[in-house]
Amino acid sequence: MKKLLAIVFVMSVFAAVAGNNQNTSTGNDSKSISISGAGATFPLPFYNQLIADYSTKTSMLVTYGGIGSGGGIRSLKDKVVDFGATDAFLTDAQAAEFSAPVVHIPTCLGAVVLAYNLPGVTSLKLKNDVLAKIFMGEITKWNDKLIKAENPEANLPDMSISIIYRSDGSGTTFIFSDFMSKISEKWSKEVGTGKTLKWPVGMGAKGNPGVAGTIKQTIGAFGYIGSEYAFAQKIPFVKLQNKAGNFIEPSVASVSAAAQGDIPADTRVMLTNSADPQAYPISAFTWIILYKEQSYNDRTLQQAEETVKFLSWVIDTDAQAVAQKVDYAPLPAKAVSLAKTILKSVTYKGTPIVK
Amino acid sequence: MKSEKITKLILIIASLVILLIFAGMAWAMIKGAYPAFQKFGFFGFLFSTEWNPTEGKEAYGAMPFIAGTVITSVLALIICFPLAFSTSLFIAEYFRKRRIAIILGTLVDLLAGVPSIVYGLWGFYTLRPLIASLGFQGQGYGIFTSGLILAIMIIPYATSISNEIITMVPNELKEAAYSLGATRLEVISSVIIPNSRSGLVAGYILALGRALGETMAVTMLIGNANIIPNGLFSPGNSMASVIANQFGEADGLKLSSLIAIGLLLFGVTAIVNAIGKIIIRKFA
Repeated sequence: MKKLLAIVFVMSVFAAVAGNNQNTSTGNDSKSISISGAGATFPLPFYNQLIADYSTKTSMLVTYGGIGSGGGIRSLKDKVVDFGATDAFLTDAQAAEFSAPVVHIPTCLGAVVLAYNLPGVTSLKLKNDVLAKIFMGEITKWNDKLIKAENPEANLPDMSISIIYRSDGSGTTFIFSDFMSKISEKWSKEVGTGKTLKWPVGMGAKGNPGVAGTIKQTIGAFGYIGSEYAFAQKIPFVKLQNKAGNFIEPSVASVSAAAQGDIPADTRVMLTNSADPQAYPISAFTWIILYKEQSYNDRTLQQAEETVKFLSWVIDTDAQAVAQKVDYAPLPAKAVSLAKTILKSVTYKGTPIVK
Repeated sequence: MKSEKITKLILIIASLVILLIFAGMAWAMIKGAYPAFQKFGFFGFLFSTEWNPTEGKEAYGAMPFIAGTVITSVLALIICFPLAFSTSLFIAEYFRKRRIAIILGTLVDLLAGVPSIVYGLWGFYTLRPLIASLGFQGQGYGIFTSGLILAIMIIPYATSISNEIITMVPNELKEAAYSLGATRLEVISSVIIPNSRSGLVAGYILALGRALGETMAVTMLIGNANIIPNGLFSPGNSMASVIANQFGEADGLKLSSLIAIGLLLFGVTAIVNAIGKIIIRKFA
């Protein structure tokens, strides 16, 4: 018994000493601040690369948790991160749930591709109405005559189409369903747009990596994923029909083309089904969101300055050049200048942080 | 005397902490689940088959997941029982204390400790393509594959427990039966089984409990479709799997519904355990 007590006593002394040490170290070194963010997995490879580059450049520690767009929004609402990240911009109703105004900073453009697993088929074109019919469960076989009509050369097997979708809530699903709602009235009415949906057919897998892996493992599978996951794992994807009627392959150029139209001042716009004749139809901005007034929760001015400095760097030339290397499209000049204006409106106790 | 008191105090505090944790958990879950029950009604939530997270059409019901969990777990138990029982007879009776039984017994214990994600990986990359090649609907994803992987996961567990129980049957009884001229099969059916019945049932109930709450391996194979499965090879979803899949992005009513499913899973597990206890008492 006495021995046990002695052990407990010694351990608690150690714990107290260790705790003290921690306190003094943070007290002495007031400059050791770090920036934290959380949210979308769709731009995760891009952000990971950016954060690595930024920390070698400035020795500032930035952490980013890929917990999904909804999680990012909630984390910012709970004020546990410096910035959130989302593929679906906040609706007015969602923004109203925040205790203070929130601004959107677009960071890059991405595409959602429709990937398939059909041995021997390397190129596939799908018209909008055929795509909608497949996802509504009205076309169930790969050798359906409607699919054959556009792809006379492809050797389409007599095999069921296994639709794979995201089982978790996802910005990728939001972008895809936004496009589907625009091209199909039936989809818009019966399924709608959202981060999770009530799917007419198919089955779910978790996360972009999960869907990509399942498609790769399942012959006859068909599903939507962030383009970089298809590029990285070399999964073939479909050429889709854009609003002008052209069949377009997702590429940096065709995704950038989707952002050539008008962008509102707050950048909250969905770029799906763009009218540009060269645009890939399922392209989208992805955003970082932060509070317009940075003085909350006892945040220091330095913390606010570092956060804004990092975001200014993200939308600037160096960081945007990284986007292409990891298969995203950089922001068009118009979006960059809008983002800069928005960052200038971010304040600390009423004073703009960027002069 | 003083050390007596201190020991007592530590024990009391430790037990109180457990009680507090339990009460806190129950409180948090009931509080979290309340909005869902309030909106759909307890039975409305329980029996509704709709799971529609689309804004404006939001409606949540637990039935598809309850069905998925119960069907896969019972399927697992059905597949597990003959295999586990035969193996434990092999180890604990027929080849008792021989080298082969000892090796097999160690192997079974080893398998019981393998983390479920490993079973999930093996199921995804090996078992599923095998079932897909048999040509059933759904490319090998679905209820049957999940039930099968659950069975494989709980076989070592059930075998391990059955071994212990069968070994505990008094040797005198068995020797008496043999001396009266009973064959081995007769000894098993009229001595071993009647004497170990309640223990065996308890073992299989524990195994079923493990199958009910299993998450990772199931979510990798069940297909995650939020519908009531319409056949053995249809995709579906289980209670644990839908929570693991959807809690990250959930908020508001959806989060509340997921917590409510968690509460129901807690309830289902409690009911299964209660049934197990009743059976044990009845046969004991």
